[in-house]
Amino acid sequence: MIAQSLADLWSGFGVALEPHNLMWCFIGVLTGNMVGVLPGLGPLATISILLPFTFGIKPVGAILMLAGIMYGAQYGGAVCSILLNLPCHPPHAVTCLDGFPLTKQGKGGVVLGLTVLASFVGASWGITEMIFLAPVLVSIALEFGPADVCSLMLLGLLAGSTLARGSPIKGVAMTVLGLLLGMVGTDIQTGTQRLVFGIPRLYDGIELVALALGLFGIAEFLNSINKVAPVNQQYSNVRLRDMRPSRAELKRSIGPMFRGTLIGSLCSLIPGTGPTIASFVAYATEKKISRTPEKFGTGMLEGVICPEASTHSSVQGDFIPTMTLGIPGDAVMALLLGALMIQGIVPGPQLIGEHPDIFWGLVASFWIGNIILVLLNVPLIGLWVKLLTIPYRYLYPSALFFVCIGVYAVNSDMFQVGETIVIGILGYLLLRFGFHPAPILLGFVLGPRFEEDFRRAMLLSGGDLLVFLKRPISALFLALCLLMIGAQIYVTMRSWKRRREAGLPSTVEV
Amino acid sequence: MKPDMTPDGPEVGQRRDLYAGGLLVLLGSIALWNGPSYGIGTLTNMGAGFMPTVLGVILVLLGIIIAGTKVTAMAPADRPEWRGWACILAGPILFIVAGDLGGLIPATFACVFVCALGDRTMNAARAAGLALVVTVMSVVLFHYLLHVTLPLLAWRGW
Repeated sequence: MIAQSLADLWSGFGVALEPHNLMWCFIGVLTGNMVGVLPGLGPLATISILLPFTFGIKPVGAILMLAGIMYGAQYGGAVCSILLNLPCHPPHAVTCLDGFPLTKQGKGGVVLGLTVLASFVGASWGITEMIFLAPVLVSIALEFGPADVCSLMLLGLLAGSTLARGSPIKGVAMTVLGLLLGMVGTDIQTGTQRLVFGIPRLYDGIELVALALGLFGIAEFLNSINKVAPVNQQYSNVRLRDMRPSRAELKRSIGPMFRGTLIGSLCSLIPGTGPTIASFVAYATEKKISRTPEKFGTGMLEGVICPEASTHSSVQGDFIPTMTLGIPGDAVMALLLGALMIQGIVPGPQLIGEHPDIFWGLVASFWIGNIILVLLNVPLIGLWVKLLTIPYRYLYPSALFFVCIGVYAVNSDMFQVGETIVIGILGYLLLRFGFHPAPILLGFVLGPRFEEDFRRAMLLSGGDLLVFLKRPISALFLALCLLMIGAQIYVTMRSWKRRREAGLPSTVEV
Repeated sequence: MKPDMTPDGPEVGQRRDLYAGGLLVLLGSIALWNGPSYGIGTLTNMGAGFMPTVLGVILVLLGIIIAGTKVTAMAPADRPEWRGWACILAGPILFIVAGDLGGLIPATFACVFVCALGDRTMNAARAAGLALVVTVMSVVLFHYLLHVTLPLLAWRGW
């Protein structure tokens, strides 16, 4: 199987190195790198905006580019955190803690250099994991019946909604809302129009791009208008030769680099724990094993290197369940999966067998893309920092226009721009009420498949709900679901108790 | 990017969760109201209404739990940004109207110009400058390179 994987990988490089695919990959990582640095437009919104323009290119090129945006943004986000103390993207929030103090000490360049190295190590490990683990997982997953797939999806949805940011119960509510939004339109099996409220334009369902851009574009801008403080650029002057670490610094970061990589890859194996959680776990671990834990927060190299390696390793690892099982771990993965579905590719364990060019091309392009990023990041950091001097008041109107034209371009339909506005208002209300809208996308993408498999499972079992417990694989997934719910309740109860003892109201932090 | 999160009195938080739960109950009720009319069917042979109804019930229940337990007490401490909100929503609406009536150039200009006015530090001249730059970029990028089907400039009447 290993030999087979390596042979497939070889052919994957053949696909990824085709000139046009290489070009898409390059465009993807460059765009991603840029939006990763810029505040206001995250990878989610960028992928959604560019999604319609990939309809014309072949599926391989499209997915290489869209995936490139995603991991390219990871590299860019670190620049923001370290040089400017701006946690533009959640996985890099932890990096600010020690990254910015180091910058203040004049070591910003060195830290960035080492971060790029750590990111590359983390990503390389994630990719390796993908090469060897994916075929194994596929061979298991091909045995799954509809009931097993259903339980697995349930586990994925539950993990994606409870382990993400914010209150778990609100996360679950968002997932259910996403599932419901996925029902809008014509039911495939009966032809009934559901939840369309007499609007014929909704018969084809809510447009994925409109949903994503409403939630992560318009709602975000409504939330951040007039609240973005000007950037502190006092320390952001970094030259290329500042970035070379000394031998001692290099030696000091090897340990954290590998620990971070390991933590990230473990986190990516647990569904729902994306890069953000990986980075927090990594930081906590470094602090715990450090001989000088009290110095964390004042500029410890380990506190930057370890989380950064872990995010990158986990980001690549997140592709494993997405590509092999068709179960996305977070909203970005859901969007990438949606992009594949728009191209007419059915996600699931059969994907690798049916479209080896897509899977292995993607894996190979990860490596190429990461190398491009390392090469790009070093000379371009100066340019990205310059980009940050553009005030937010110039950025967000342009971004809003990109949102409009992006949605319009999906079907050349102005109605969908209106759809985006409505979803944006709903999304902002949800944000205000303390919901994080990311799980909506997860539910939306998985919803129709969940319903289909549930119906099939019930048809096969003759309406016997116990089938979910009778099949061992399904029962295992359900047990994991229960375990996860139990753990959440335990954690919540404990924090309530602790707060009550401290004389605080029994609440959970956002 | 995120607004400052400051713990405020439990009162605000509780009210917020009341609204949050209320919104969920409302959304769930819509599904619950419409679901049965699509045909629920039986477990073996599910109708189109089965899933929406079940999900509606779950959403209503979750809404009641959230409103009842007040799980969060942290609220973004901020004042309403009526001007910003109005401009951000008006921009895309103008994009639809101007795009339908006049094509890509007026749509881009109107959308960017109005959106930009939402920022308190923005004046009309700067907004117009920005809108001009983005319009030029948009014509090159979306019309000539990406071939978006919107005409550049065409009066299509009311």
